[in-house]
Amino acid sequence: MLLTGNHAVAYGVMLARPAVVPVYPITPQTPILEKISDLQLAGEFAVDLMTAESEHSAMSACITASLTGVRVFTATASQGLMLMHEMLHFASGARAPIVMVNVNRTVSSPWGFWPDQTDSLSQRDTGWIQYYTESGQESLDTVIQAFKVAEQVLLPVMVVHEAFYISHALEPVTVPAQDVVDAYLPPFDPAVRLDPGLGRSWGNPVNQDLYFRFRQAVGEAMDRVPGLALQADAEYEKMFGRGYEIVERYRMEGAEIAIVAFGSMVGTARVAVDALREAGISAGLVKLKLFRPFPIGEVRAAVAGVPKLVVMERNFSPGAGGILHQELKATVCGMEDPPKVHGYLAGVGGVNVSPAKIEALVRRALEEEPVPQSVWQR
Amino acid sequence: MERFHHAEANYDIEESDVFLSGHHACPGCGEALAVRYVINTMGPRTIAIVPPSCIAIIAGLQPNSSMRVPIVHGTLESSAASAAGVRRALNHQRKHDVNVLVMAGDGGTYDIGFQALSGAAERNEDMVYVCLDNEGYMNTGAQKSGSTPHLASTASTPGGKTTGKKNIAEIMAAHRIPYVATATIGYPDDLARKVAKARDLKGMRFIVVLTPCLDGWGLPENGAVRVSRLAVETGFFPLFEVEDGVRYTINHGPRGMPVQRYLEAQKRFRHLEAEQKERLQAEVDEAWALLRARVECGALPAATGDSGDGFPGR
Ligand SMILES: Cc1ncc(C[n+]2csc(CCOP(=O)(O)OP(=O)(O)O)c2C)c(N)n1
Ligand code: SF4
Ligand SMILES: [Mg+2]
Repeated sequence: MLLTGNHAVAYGVMLARPAVVPVYPITPQTPILEKISDLQLAGEFAVDLMTAESEHSAMSACITASLTGVRVFTATASQGLMLMHEMLHFASGARAPIVMVNVNRTVSSPWGFWPDQTDSLSQRDTGWIQYYTESGQESLDTVIQAFKVAEQVLLPVMVVHEAFYISHALEPVTVPAQDVVDAYLPPFDPAVRLDPGLGRSWGNPVNQDLYFRFRQAVGEAMDRVPGLALQADAEYEKMFGRGYEIVERYRMEGAEIAIVAFGSMVGTARVAVDALREAGISAGLVKLKLFRPFPIGEVRAAVAGVPKLVVMERNFSPGAGGILHQELKATVCGMEDPPKVHGYLAGVGGVNVSPAKIEALVRRALEEEPVPQSVWQR
Repeated sequence: MERFHHAEANYDIEESDVFLSGHHACPGCGEALAVRYVINTMGPRTIAIVPPSCIAIIAGLQPNSSMRVPIVHGTLESSAASAAGVRRALNHQRKHDVNVLVMAGDGGTYDIGFQALSGAAERNEDMVYVCLDNEGYMNTGAQKSGSTPHLASTASTPGGKTTGKKNIAEIMAAHRIPYVATATIGYPDDLARKVAKARDLKGMRFIVVLTPCLDGWGLPENGAVRVSRLAVETGFFPLFEVEDGVRYTINHGPRGMPVQRYLEAQKRFRHLEAEQKERLQAEVDEAWALLRARVECGALPAATGDSGDGFPGR
């Protein structure tokens, strides 16, 4: 089928069979909500679509529906994600395996509608697993995988793709068969749930020691994610013929410099790497699909022995710089012969980063010594 | 006056043993008494949502619970949305016999939780929403809320609140939901009857229960019930029901007792000048006249009938 990234998501959601979908419209997420409504009206998707009056309420309803023991999905972007912030922490604390798609969009103010990852990256401490995808097909496949991982560790998952570059771009997408998805993803039937017959409650105040232990348990669940995500992906590849890993290496043989990227930038970087290789520069690419938990082991293995890394950011944390840049510096710290890390604030606010621009920045990084800060580069 | 007095003379309160003793409320707390009648009437096949408030403290600290039903201690502003999530999941599981209940404070209802409440009412979500109204943010030390009455002194309005109390019952009635009622602990049979009635209806049901707070209102330990009755008998808080947003029934109203009697029983009003007390009396008289007019309006033939979608009068 020829589908936009957002419509591909809607098909992935339908195949995963959530019972309740509380959702609130926001550009550029809205086509996901609208497509789900259409599929519901057409009788193809039996779902309880709750037209909440805000994202905060949508997420609140997701949490309690999930705790009552049914599979739930929602989608949002930018301001909507910001409004959910309090409930994002609540969701992971409550161990609610919600799957949400966030369509990256600039955060106000000033207002903008452009692809920028700061919205989801600024939620990196909320206890949500975060996947970043490169295409509509990958978003569809990742939504299905996400439920599988979420329900094993009882943590919520955010599947993130960017405004317009992915959300609204048309591409041919393979929509898997329902019976195969059913075989891959068993129904969600948790033993512990809200039920007068069980009498279990959630959320009442705890002492310091209990709070400590709850947080530790969340951390231990997070630690299991990279392994389970790889397993879920390998199984998916076996059944559907498409796999992504959690950290992908592209043309990394003998690389003297590697681009580290996530989201839509990955597709552009592949073209740039091909051109650089053509020109005799041994450049490679490391695609980060899983961002939370940060797959330190896999990233270290991918960049071991590479002298230089370069990051082109489509996000900005004022006072700290590019967020991936920070994460990478922390990751390589303590490696034997760690790569030098160059960070360029190149795509902030949705500014186009062309293959030629990436090539130029790679060449520049080869020439100069890195500075600790991320460098503005338009 | 008697012609508005439709309360059943003797409603037999049927209490299940969901609410347990040994909770953490101040001894003599009006809210705890309300919780008892509400949760015991709702019964053991209930899932309750409780936001931060004194109710949450009454519900208990982990691993203890004063209520023998599952409770979600959610966030302050999300109760109605959280209840909707539970309801929809229960519907999917075909557990239609399980009641979904919210017990929220006035802060969590009139103010920060109002958006979620209004949205849930507009969608006619299937739940019983009970606001335990102690007219202030008591859990955080008795600051004013949108429910604090005009001129009452609170921790954030020490000189007296300069604006009035929102009329939440009328606001909710304006959403045209199936059932809205006011109640208070001094009339436990009326309170329990209303909870039972709400429990047995479908759609959004809303009850606001006036629950005097010892600390916030400046009452002696044995003062909550007496002040609750004075609130009704002076007309400060009449007890009424609204069906489908239009049909008003008054259950208990003023009996000619001056508002002064209510005010002097509480420290939060003791700073008032004579002229301010007169103003409050005038406000109460006006509100009572308006309420009676609503009863008359509700008696008019309905303009539209049941639309058949479970949402009357649309
Ligand atoms: C978003 C948010 N803001 C503030 C608070 C702090 N807070 C906890 S309870 C409360 C007041 C609750 O008042 P009310 O709903 O009337 O309940 P009461 O304590 O009077 O029973 C406040 C402001 C909070 N928990 N969450
Ligand atoms: S502060 Fe007031 S409402 Fe809270 S427990 Fe004490 S008496 Fe009850
Ligand atoms: Mg209060």
